[in-house]
Amino acid sequence: MSNPLLSVVDLKVHFPTNDGIVKATDGLSYTLERGKTLGIVGESGSGKSVSSSAIMGLHRGTNAHVSGQILLDGVDLLQLSNEDMRKHRGKEVAMIFQDPLSAMHPYYTVGNQIGEAYRVHHDVSKKAARARTIEMLERVGIPQPDRRVDDYPHQFSGGMRQRAMIAMGLINNPALLIADEPTTALDVTVQAQILDLLQDLQRDFDAGIIIITHDLGVVAEMADDVLVMYAGRAVEYGTTKEILTHPEMPYTWGLISSIPDVAGDTSARLIPIPGNPPSLLQPPTGCAFHPRCTHRDKVPGNLCVTTLPELVPGQRSEGHLKRCHIPDPDAVYEREVLPEIAPDLVEER
Amino acid sequence: MTDLPPEHSGIRYTEGELERGEEHADHTVQGDSSSHELPQFKVEGHAASVLDPNAKPILEVRDLRMYFPVKSSGLIRRTIGNVQAVDGISFQVPKGGSLGLVGESGCGKSTTGRMVTRLYEPTGGSINFDGTEIAKTSARRLKPLRREIQMIFQDPYTSLNPRHTVGTIVGTPLAIHNVVPKKQILPRVQELLEIVGLNPEHYNRYPHEFSGGQRQRIGIARALTLQPKLLVADEPVSALDVSIQAQVINLLQDLQKEFDISFLFVAHDLAVVRHFCPEVAVMYLGKIVEIADRETLYNRPNHPYTQALLSAVPDVKQAAIGGRRERIRLQGDVPSPINPPSGCRFRTRCPLAQEICARVEPPLLQVGKRHKVACHFAGELGNHPDRPVTASLLGVDDTGAPDAGASPAANLTNEPGFADTWFDLERKTMASA
Repeated sequence: MSNPLLSVVDLKVHFPTNDGIVKATDGLSYTLERGKTLGIVGESGSGKSVSSSAIMGLHRGTNAHVSGQILLDGVDLLQLSNEDMRKHRGKEVAMIFQDPLSAMHPYYTVGNQIGEAYRVHHDVSKKAARARTIEMLERVGIPQPDRRVDDYPHQFSGGMRQRAMIAMGLINNPALLIADEPTTALDVTVQAQILDLLQDLQRDFDAGIIIITHDLGVVAEMADDVLVMYAGRAVEYGTTKEILTHPEMPYTWGLISSIPDVAGDTSARLIPIPGNPPSLLQPPTGCAFHPRCTHRDKVPGNLCVTTLPELVPGQRSEGHLKRCHIPDPDAVYEREVLPEIAPDLVEER
Repeated sequence: MTDLPPEHSGIRYTEGELERGEEHADHTVQGDSSSHELPQFKVEGHAASVLDPNAKPILEVRDLRMYFPVKSSGLIRRTIGNVQAVDGISFQVPKGGSLGLVGESGCGKSTTGRMVTRLYEPTGGSINFDGTEIAKTSARRLKPLRREIQMIFQDPYTSLNPRHTVGTIVGTPLAIHNVVPKKQILPRVQELLEIVGLNPEHYNRYPHEFSGGQRQRIGIARALTLQPKLLVADEPVSALDVSIQAQVINLLQDLQKEFDISFLFVAHDLAVVRHFCPEVAVMYLGKIVEIADRETLYNRPNHPYTQALLSAVPDVKQAAIGGRRERIRLQGDVPSPINPPSGCRFRTRCPLAQEICARVEPPLLQVGKRHKVACHFAGELGNHPDRPVTASLLGVDDTGAPDAGASPAANLTNEPGFADTWFDLERKTMASA
């Protein structure tokens, strides 16, 4: 952990609006090492995409207030001039988006767009860029890449477009790849193909990957670490295995219990999280999750309503951080939550 | 509330909207409650519906087809082909039960839903709803039918008119069908809003004032207005956040039990369908490839596509205990429905495909009490037969060429529902319960 690839320190992204300041991301910190994958999970509006586009410098030129530190290989991306950021963007950090059709320009060929990403950062001829593009298309598994390179985005299927986006993202061999819901728009069999591809490529390119998703299943398969976000803040952070087996925050419990399982008991009811995600204009006082939390009675006094819990190490390990007042979350989880959501797992333990 | 039994009137939900920091408490009617004095009664949570094999079908679909013409460009727009979105499917939905339709995009599951609600007129085949044939009925004669079959749409943002208040959206069906006198429309609307877990005082708000999950509840209230017998739910939860998905699924389950509604549940999320539907049909490129009760389909699928589909689903709880299943990787994408592959439509991506698959289309063969599968090499995963099981039934040899000596079986018709006898894959003979 001495020299992480990416370390985000106290990142805040605030948007001033007519109704007040929207604190889309409010004090987020995490680290990511080379060759590792971080999964960021949360509901819509939890700030997971906003915080990641801050790494790409996509809030420059908007009225957003970004503060904190984003250290990539020791360089603070927030301190870079626009000119320097442009040199980083696409070369050191690349991003792939949820909807590959709207992320590509319909008027230019796929090869043209991928090649441009290469030529911006490398002083090479068009011919060399084209050769490199074909090589990348082949690497991401597009059949007949020397022919398909001249196709337009609409001639590609959804899965192929996402492959082309990945080729565009990786063509400059970036140290960090941010994948914002990369498979949400895809069918399950294609999703499995893309996830396999990302894992293969990560091994080859030794890139760090941040995968933003609302699907805990994707996180379980892909990520080494998980960051759970709620209302602009991290509420739980740790290794994937630790978070999925011993979650210590009621919001994470709720996320796990509201997903039906392809192998679980069908007569059991799903246990949803009551209520709706909070407004970021007027977030609830204290713990932002308290209006929806069903375990508030376990905290003495009115602490959840009055005081924002700190992100502190949980009961089981130093590396497992949680933001919750409940004194013995692990016991509550084992005793109350797990028997309800996965009775079969209780027996296996 | 004019014609529902009184015990259904005062349903209260604890999962309401708590957006503006309301206390986490039961959602009660505020303001003037004298206009609809209701007994305070709380609905118990209902579990998923179970399969009732003796239930009469409320919907019977036979050999249903939907071809969309493809026109040439230019002045004279000739039809140069057809998108075979749905090509000869048959199924039944039992009264009070639910059938799930799953498949990837472009497999025809939504088109099927839209034909059943008669938003599309089918190209061929029949739709029998509660004893009435509705596949070709004229628009005017369909009006009474609209009360019986309603639809819940996928996207709660585009399926509600932004210029109408919620009261108008939910109340319009009552006015159109003259169900209740004008004066009683508002109380009925408020009651419906309460049933789906919304604040009844919010009837004069506009859709944009609600969150995604609340909008989906409005869509559900609208579908319930006319007390339909059949609800076609087209991806009702896929646009919602995970935590909200569970709220809506539970709501649909409760409504199904309370009002005895049958569901045709269209979705691509296998886990959600498994949770909701005791019987599931898997579609691929306009055909049903496998249909079975939930336990059989998810535990012992016989079609290689179903097996691949199930293995592709990322599984949280497996990962939580450290296990990871081996995936079956399907190559490539779904072929174009304009020019589907010959024989079996799945053969271009199928790991088992042989010569016969390109020549002869596999029939949807009943292989268990409530299990049908359309594959020449049907069998459980890792246990597929080496020789096509269907060859002798179809009167062809193992490569699919016509076999003069064989006698094709006569009973390979595309009938909805299940017969009392079926073809035993192990013993290759007919069997019965």
